[in-house]
Amino acid sequence: MPAELPLVEARGVGVRRGGRWLLRDVDIKVARREVVTLIGPNGAGKTTLVRVLLGLLGADTGEVRREEGVTVGYVPQRVQFDPTLPLTVARLMTLTSRRPIDAVTEALDETGVGHLLGARVSDLSSGELQRVLLARALMRLPNLLVLDEPLQGVDYTGETELYDLIAAIVDRRGCGVLMVSHDLHIVMAATDRVVCLNHHVCCTGAPAEVVGHDEFRRLFGPRTAAGAAVYRHVHDHVHDLAGDVADGDDRGTHAGAG
Amino acid sequence: MLDDFFVRALLAAAGVACVASPVGCILLWRRMAYFGDTMAHSALLGIALGVLIGLGPSYGVFIVAVAVAILLVVLERFAPVASDTLLGILSHSTLALGVVTLALSGNGHRHDLLGYLFGDVLAVTARELVVIWGGGAACLVVLAMVWRSLVAAILHADLARAEGVPVLRLQIVYVVLMAAIVAAGMKVVGVLLVVALAIIPAAAARAFSRTPEQMALLAAGVGVAAGVLGLFGSLWLDTPSGPSIVVAAAILFLASFAAWPAARSSR
Repeated sequence: MPAELPLVEARGVGVRRGGRWLLRDVDIKVARREVVTLIGPNGAGKTTLVRVLLGLLGADTGEVRREEGVTVGYVPQRVQFDPTLPLTVARLMTLTSRRPIDAVTEALDETGVGHLLGARVSDLSSGELQRVLLARALMRLPNLLVLDEPLQGVDYTGETELYDLIAAIVDRRGCGVLMVSHDLHIVMAATDRVVCLNHHVCCTGAPAEVVGHDEFRRLFGPRTAAGAAVYRHVHDHVHDLAGDVADGDDRGTHAGAG
Repeated sequence: MLDDFFVRALLAAAGVACVASPVGCILLWRRMAYFGDTMAHSALLGIALGVLIGLGPSYGVFIVAVAVAILLVVLERFAPVASDTLLGILSHSTLALGVVTLALSGNGHRHDLLGYLFGDVLAVTARELVVIWGGGAACLVVLAMVWRSLVAAILHADLARAEGVPVLRLQIVYVVLMAAIVAAGMKVVGVLLVVALAIIPAAAARAFSRTPEQMALLAAGVGVAAGVLGLFGSLWLDTPSGPSIVVAAAILFLASFAAWPAARSSR
């Protein structure tokens, strides 16, 4: 039997804007039943990479391949809807596809916001909106779930619950998940593979493998123990002003370290 | 019944409002009122060119409005000025160029010009009425077909595209719809006021709507009411019909504004 093709795969992807490489020579893939988490400092190009993988942004170099007919469930980063457009939660749920009201209610119940079915979207808290958007993405029965900082504004207990839910759904439906997260606690618990991005792939591997590495310890170690979501990005190489690796220490070296 | 010029005027105003106000909702949501205005202001140039090349004024207006919209999108990408500057330049220069071209082509009589600028709905013919209602019905069918995708694309373009909505194609659809409204609305309220007929009813409907569909239907209702009230007002006060319709729409908007707090808390 031939090896199963990934749901989405990028090879050597580069995105250049204003003479600066936002992404350079990035390889990443997501297979069925796999949770891949993208971590990295602010402005590292995580959202840019997500948009390239979804086909929302063209890459200047390299290639992106998505499996044909793949159904995407997407929760974008920091969604804010313009209040000039009147919208209820029920209507938001059926934005791009009609669904029976039972299916809508069931999906909302799953993420704990079934009671908000008739609420105005402009009245939701950011945590409630994130739960609604997650319910919306899951209701589409996706093969590929793409979550860009999906649980901003959701409290800690709620977050753990929702990640458990995502894990359960991966088990049940066999979909692949690409997630952008700041929360290392969650990354360790719920991820098959971690990709650390800072314009290029700094290191990648299973959480257990990555954790054992010096570079990862230096990046996240002391903070992870405290369960904190904040970390400082520490490098064994230097980025110049254009975001390029200045000392020529490229991914080949990191492959050993990550 | 269609022999009565006033009945024809009422039907023409109602027909245009039925389509203009739902499309006005889209202009409002996308914050593109001034974009619509720029398309409308190019209409005089369309009239002149349409007459010159023998297509007739309405087709000329439609084609030039679409061309200006395309030009705007292209220039926005490449011109070294902000997009509101660009809109200001294009809006007024196409208007001026239209008046100049009309004068050069011998169609620039003062009376005609006023009719183009502020509408001449009392002079609408039975044949024009058929075109307005036929074209209006076609526009509403197209709008209904793309509506769900259009709302999704307006609300969050990335989310819509990721879920398979053809966002670029939809942008073309509503530019074409807007051009059709300019061509039809020119007869009713004139090129200077046609965008008002689109956006004022939409703005009045906002506070009373919970969903985009409610807002579009309510806006159409407010637009028709403004048309009827404005025309009776103009008959009663002997005022120009097009501006009277827009004044009626503005009064309805102010009334909705007054009712806003009550609507907000109950809805």
